[in-house]
Amino acid sequence: MTRAAAPAYLAGAILLVVVLGPLPLLLTRGQVTLTGADFAALRFTVMQAGLSALLSCLLAVPVARALHRRRFVGRGAMIALMGAPFLLPVIVAALGIVSIWGARGWLARMGLPLPSLYGLQGVLLAHVFLNLPLATRMLLQGWQAIPAERLRLGESLGFDPWARFRHLEWPMLRSVLPGAMLAVFLVCLTSFAIVLTLGGGPKATTLELAIYQAVRFDFDLPRAAALALLQFGVCGLAVAASARLVRDAGFGAGLDRSLAPPAPAGWRRGLDGFLLLLTAAFLLLPLLAITLNGLLGLPAMPAQVWPALARSLIVAVTCGILSTVMALALALAVAKGARGLEYMAMLPLAASSMVLGIGLFLAVQPFVPPAALGLPVTLLVNIVLALPYAFRLILPEARALQADYGRLAEALDMRGLARLRLLTLPHLRRPLGLSAGLAAALAMGDLGAIALFASDGGATLPLLIQRLMGAYRMEAAAGAALVLMVANFGLFWLFDRWGRHAAV
Amino acid sequence: MLRFEDVVLQQGDFTLRADWPVASGAKLAVIGPSGSGKSTLLLAVAGFLPPMQGRILWQGQDLAVLPPGARPVTMLFQDQNLFPHLTVAQNIGLGLSPRLRLTTQDHDSIARALDRVGLPEMAQRRPGALSGGQMARVALARALLRARPILLLDEPFSALGPALKDEMLDLVTGVAQDTGALVMMVSHDPGDAQRFADQTVLVADGIACTPTPTSDLFANPPPALRTYLGS
Repeated sequence: MTRAAAPAYLAGAILLVVVLGPLPLLLTRGQVTLTGADFAALRFTVMQAGLSALLSCLLAVPVARALHRRRFVGRGAMIALMGAPFLLPVIVAALGIVSIWGARGWLARMGLPLPSLYGLQGVLLAHVFLNLPLATRMLLQGWQAIPAERLRLGESLGFDPWARFRHLEWPMLRSVLPGAMLAVFLVCLTSFAIVLTLGGGPKATTLELAIYQAVRFDFDLPRAAALALLQFGVCGLAVAASARLVRDAGFGAGLDRSLAPPAPAGWRRGLDGFLLLLTAAFLLLPLLAITLNGLLGLPAMPAQVWPALARSLIVAVTCGILSTVMALALALAVAKGARGLEYMAMLPLAASSMVLGIGLFLAVQPFVPPAALGLPVTLLVNIVLALPYAFRLILPEARALQADYGRLAEALDMRGLARLRLLTLPHLRRPLGLSAGLAAALAMGDLGAIALFASDGGATLPLLIQRLMGAYRMEAAAGAALVLMVANFGLFWLFDRWGRHAAV
Repeated sequence: MLRFEDVVLQQGDFTLRADWPVASGAKLAVIGPSGSGKSTLLLAVAGFLPPMQGRILWQGQDLAVLPPGARPVTMLFQDQNLFPHLTVAQNIGLGLSPRLRLTTQDHDSIARALDRVGLPEMAQRRPGALSGGQMARVALARALLRARPILLLDEPFSALGPALKDEMLDLVTGVAQDTGALVMMVSHDPGDAQRFADQTVLVADGIACTPTPTSDLFANPPPALRTYLGS
């Protein structure tokens, strides 16, 4: 190992310790017989994640195709909108969904007969809201990757839409869809805030929620440990499967190509327009509801909102920076050929906020009251969980940098900090800003480990919102949700803007 | 003296052998069909490809222990010789200080080097604002300041037109005279070798042959060269 790679190995070691370190603890403490309710949670976890993945990705197919082949005013804005739900704090998304689809939501007040939002259907609806955009962007990238030459060939052979689907689009979908489905599946396996809000009860509890309930309500730590092992195993299997399938980041889909692909006219044109309109409404209405209800709720907000916001900002900024620094160290080393570190960077995908949280809870509990460590633990967990995303954003650019200028830099003896300052930072500023923004946004909205640790004080803003909702102070919760959403998007925008002022 | 001592280079399933010395200050052309391993030979000297077998010695010292930046070598690559985000002066300054801590004296040297390659007043431009020929000149100005005893050229002028290329070859000759460097230049154009090099290495069939005086080689081409020249 060279000296230059030392930071990367340090980052890898931190990941290894935080993700795998608690395993022995969980194994020794978690020696309990699981009951039927626990297996019901396991079944529900896998089933809802599977259905969420299936629904999100199947719906994403026509939406992505319409976005790909139609050119209209606001198309760029719509693709940008597709990035929003991924950044939206999940608890805020849940509030938005309830305001539209709930028993007293906008749709119900318009007289639409809606089934109850609570239970599997509500969880699925919220998961589709959060993940349809992600899936759409991944598929859109797939469509854009179909070589223009092949499209031209299809046209010159006189393909009708069906032939185009069979010979051009279906082969692409067959290679892209499994990866997209697994990505959504993985995100939904560890869903907590949605299930806490819209699920619950014996019929709709996920492992993540069961861990939380075992700790907070029953204080049954052995059972929580056993559930965490189960969760870790399920996620580990899914990650192992996706390692074979998922390609580089699906987040940064290219925005535009000047040349519009062949777009069939007639009823297909109308259908595409209708679909896009429906999707935009589906995604925008909850955001609109959060904004309007939030404005009305601002006066009802308790004073705790501001210290909670300050805590959330500290966690988010620190996590954004540290996660990105670690991801950069790993990506640079991997680009130079340390392939093993790539697996290290993907390791956190197998963990979840609750699994890491309960591990750290068990680790510190003999020495310190866990409530005293709420913020540091939240920070650590979020740094680790955001890392794979940051890593995947940075890696392709780090590889390109190494391929283009690695030899020249070496020939000129540029090393260490000088190389970082003169070469790496100027070139990678764009993905670094994006990844810091993403990590900050994910940390800002995280409601997971903090729920295990926090005492009455010391709450972050998402936790405070959840508590306000639990106390049925919906106006106050709506106001706080608006504050969180604005702070969240604002922080992302700031980091991303720093990156866009790139020198190259 | 630069000596290839029973060297075997391997890239994928391709191997190249070299076993000969060349004197300091010589001007050497490396010619041969594309894919024959001309660049491979240079990459090994520059330190980007460790030999599978044998040693590369400079003045009796094995180069294997030295990382690329510490070798007595300046290399001009086919492209990507300049960082697009740094100014011309900074790109040249990297040859004096890899950390770009430049003194007033350094800036004077940079200005003189720019004069020498015929680009006065260009110090504050970025590479994006330069033509291909101008970029090659900037890279040569940096080579001039680094003044390493070995200068490796991996077809850095292949994208230039014939007249411009001849100008650059003359400039390389000048730089080599100023610094006393041994020059090894890869080219696929026999004309380059005849214009520039006193000796030529023919690379073909996995072997980099012993350098031969260029005029002799072309007056009396061996079979491999005849195949390459197509005559």
